[in-house]
Amino acid sequence: MAIKAKHQRLVLVGVAVVALIGAALLAIWGLRNQASYFYVPTDILAKPPEADRGVRLGGMVARGSMKTAEDGVTVNFVVTDGKASVPVRFAGIRPALFVEGSGVVAEGRFQNGTFVADNLLAKHDEKYVPREMQHMTAEQARQTVAETQ
Amino acid sequence: MLAEIGLGALWLAASLAGLQLLAGSFGLTKGGEGLAGIVRPVAIMQGVLVALAFAALIMVFVTTDLSVKLVAENSHSAKPLIYKIAGAWGNHEGSMLLWVTVMGLAGAFVALVERRLPENTMLATLAGQAFVSLGFYAFLLFASNPFVRMSPVPDEGAGLNPLLQDPGLAFHPPTLYVGYVGLSIAFSFAIGALVTRQVGPDFARAMRPWVLGAWVFLTMGITAGSYWAYYVLGWGGWWFWDPVENASLMPWLAATALLHSCGVLAARNALRAWTVMLGVVAFSMSMVGTFLVRSGILTSVHAFAVDPKRGSFILILLAIYIGGALTLFALRAATVTEGERFAITSREGALVFNNVMLSSILGITLLGTLYPLVTEAMGLKVSVGPPYFNPTSALFAMPMFVVLMVGPLLRWRRDRMARVGWVVALPLGLTLAGVVVGYAMGVRHVLPLLALAIAPGVVVASVLPLRGRNLLRAPLSLWGMVVAHLGLGVALFGMGCDSAFTAERLVALRVGEQSQVGPWSVRLDSVSPVAGPNWTAMEGVLKVRYANGAAQTITPHSRSFWVPPQTMAVSALLTRWNGQLYTVLGEETDGKVGTGRWQLRLWWKPFVPMIWLGGLLVALGGALALLSRVMQDLKRRTARTKGDERRARVAQLEQA
Repeated sequence: MAIKAKHQRLVLVGVAVVALIGAALLAIWGLRNQASYFYVPTDILAKPPEADRGVRLGGMVARGSMKTAEDGVTVNFVVTDGKASVPVRFAGIRPALFVEGSGVVAEGRFQNGTFVADNLLAKHDEKYVPREMQHMTAEQARQTVAETQ
Repeated sequence: MLAEIGLGALWLAASLAGLQLLAGSFGLTKGGEGLAGIVRPVAIMQGVLVALAFAALIMVFVTTDLSVKLVAENSHSAKPLIYKIAGAWGNHEGSMLLWVTVMGLAGAFVALVERRLPENTMLATLAGQAFVSLGFYAFLLFASNPFVRMSPVPDEGAGLNPLLQDPGLAFHPPTLYVGYVGLSIAFSFAIGALVTRQVGPDFARAMRPWVLGAWVFLTMGITAGSYWAYYVLGWGGWWFWDPVENASLMPWLAATALLHSCGVLAARNALRAWTVMLGVVAFSMSMVGTFLVRSGILTSVHAFAVDPKRGSFILILLAIYIGGALTLFALRAATVTEGERFAITSREGALVFNNVMLSSILGITLLGTLYPLVTEAMGLKVSVGPPYFNPTSALFAMPMFVVLMVGPLLRWRRDRMARVGWVVALPLGLTLAGVVVGYAMGVRHVLPLLALAIAPGVVVASVLPLRGRNLLRAPLSLWGMVVAHLGLGVALFGMGCDSAFTAERLVALRVGEQSQVGPWSVRLDSVSPVAGPNWTAMEGVLKVRYANGAAQTITPHSRSFWVPPQTMAVSALLTRWNGQLYTVLGEETDGKVGTGRWQLRLWWKPFVPMIWLGGLLVALGGALALLSRVMQDLKRRTARTKGDERRARVAQLEQA
C-alpha cells in the first residue's frame, strides 16, 4: 500500500492540484448555469430568461399599480425602468419601505410574462441600498419618476 | 478630550508597531542582536496602547459625545446603553479599530506567553505581525479615522440601523473578529518559520493553540451570526450564502484544514510546506473577507455604504500582504525539507483527504463569491446564491463526512481497513439505512436526504474513538475531537431536517381567526400598539397550540424605530425539544379599512435548533482541545522549571 517513498510529495501535490482544478472546473460550470442575472424590465422583455431560471429584476414600483389579492398576502404590482414595465407577483411579508414609487429588486422567475418573486429587496434606509438600485437612481431616477408619476 | 487621547494612543501604537518591525528585523541580522530584547516589550506595549484607543472610542459612544463625527452619525442619546457600546463597532471606522485592537492584543499575548518557538523565529513572527498591523494602522489613521471631530455639533445623533439593534450584535462582531484576526498569529508564525526555515513538529505544536483559539471564536461567531440572520431577517433561513457570510466561512474552512494539518505536523512531522501554506491562506481569507465587507462593493447590512476609495486602500494592503506572503512561500517552499512518509490508509491519509476537500470547498466558495465582481467589471450584473453553492459544496463535503467516520479510528503511518472493518461498518451501515429510511419518509431532494442519512453516521462514528477507553482517563484532546465531530453530525441533522420537513404557511387573518402550520394551530388573539425605548410597534398576540397541547402565547412585532425612521418585522419564536415555531407579523392588508386582516408568515421547523447546538458543540470541542494543549504546556513548563531548580541545587551541592 505504501506509496513509493521517493514520490510521496509529488503524489500529494498531484492529488491536491487535481482536486483543486476539479473544484475550479465544477465552480465555473456551476456559475454558468446557476448565477442569477440582473435584469431591468427592458432587457427581460427583449431577451426573456428560461422560465425555471432564477433571476433578479430591478426597477421602480409604478405608482397606482400595487394591488393586494383576495387572499390578503399576494401582491401584484408593476416594475418599470421608464421604458418598459413588467408585472410582478409576490406572496409574502413585504419589506418595510416597499411602497409605490420606490425602487426594488425582486428575486424570482420570469414565467409567462409575469415575474414571480420569491423575495423582495427594498431600499432599507439611506445607508442600505441594493447596489443595482444605487446605479439606477443615478442614471434613471429623474426620468423614471417623471414617467411613472 | 477622550477622542484626542484615543487618537494619540492610536498614533503611538502605530509607531510602536513600526519599531517592532524594525527591531524584529534587525534583531535577526548579525550585529543587531542587541535589538532583539526590546521586541517582546514593544509588542506588549503596542497592544496596551491600541486597547486604550479602543476603550476611548467606547467611552465617547457611552457618553454620546456628539462632537465626534462617528458618534453623531451612528449613535443617539436615547439608545439603550448596550447598543451605545455595540454601536462603537457597528460602523466602518469602529469595526476597523476593533480589528486593529484584536490584532495588537493578539500580538501582545503571543509576546507575553509564547516560549516554545526558537527565539529567532519568534522575532521574525513578531516582526511579521507588526508588518501586517502597520498596514491596518495606516488604513485606520489615513482613511478611516474614528476620532474625527465635527462642527457644528449636532443636537442629536442619527441613530443605529435597527437591524443591528439586537443583543446578538453586542457580541457577534467582536467574537468573529477575535477569530478573523486571531488567525493573523498563524500567518505571522508561518512567515516567521519561512524566514528562519524552521518548520517542524515544534513549530506546529507552538502554532496549534493559537489556531485553535481563533478557530473556536470563529466557529462561535459564525454560529451566532447564522442565528442572528435567522431570527432578525424574518426570512426563516439560517444561511444565505451572502458574501458577508462567505467572508466568515472561508477563513473558517482554511482554519479547519490548518487545524487538522497542524495535528499531522505535530504528531508525525509530515505535511510541512502544506501547513505553512494553510497558515498563510487562512489569514489571507480573513483579509479578503474584510476587503469584501469593508470596501463597499457589496450589498449588505454589513457593508455600511462606505467610500469606495477605501476599497482600493484595502486592495493594495491585500496585494502587499497576500502577494508578499505567497512569494515568500514560493521562494522558500522548496527549502522546506520533505516530512515523514505515510500510507494512503492511515490517519495522515484521511487528514490529507479532509484537507483537500476543505480546500476545494474553500475554492468553490471563493470563486462563487468573487464571480459577481468579475462579471460586473465586464458589465454584467449577476448574483450567486444557494443554487450554485449548495450542490457544489456538498459534492466535496459529503465524501469528507464519510471519511470522517473512518479517519479518527485509523492508526498513524499505516493501517489496514480490515483492522477497523467491523467498527466502521456501524456508521457506514447507518448511513445506508438512513438513505432508505429518508426516502421512505418522502424525502426526495438529494441534499437533504444525504444530510439526514450521513448525520446519524457521523454522530455514531464521532464517539467510536472512545470505545474501550476509560472515559474519565481519556485525554482531553480526544474528547475535544469527539465533541467537535459530534457537533458536526448534530448540525448536519438540523440542516437536513430544516430543508426536508419545514412546513410554511402564509395567511391573512382577522383577529379571532386561526390557521394551521404543521402540527401547530395558531390563533390571532389581538393586535395592539406597544412602545419600547426607541421604537413603537404593532404587537400581534398569537395563541398557539402544539397538536392538542396547552395554549401558549407569542408576540411577533412590526416595529417602527424613530431614529433612523425605519420599520422592521421582529419575529417571535417558540422552541420545543423537537423544533421551532417561527412567526412573523406583516402589515394590515392593503389598507382596506375595516377588513382588519393581518398578514402572518408561519413556519414549523423540526429540529432546526440542532444547527446552532451543533455549531456550539463544535466550538466546545475546540475549546476542550485548546484547554488540553494549554494544560500540557503548563505541565511541561512547571516540569522544566523544577528540573532547572534541581539541577541548580545539585550543582550547588557539588560545588560545596
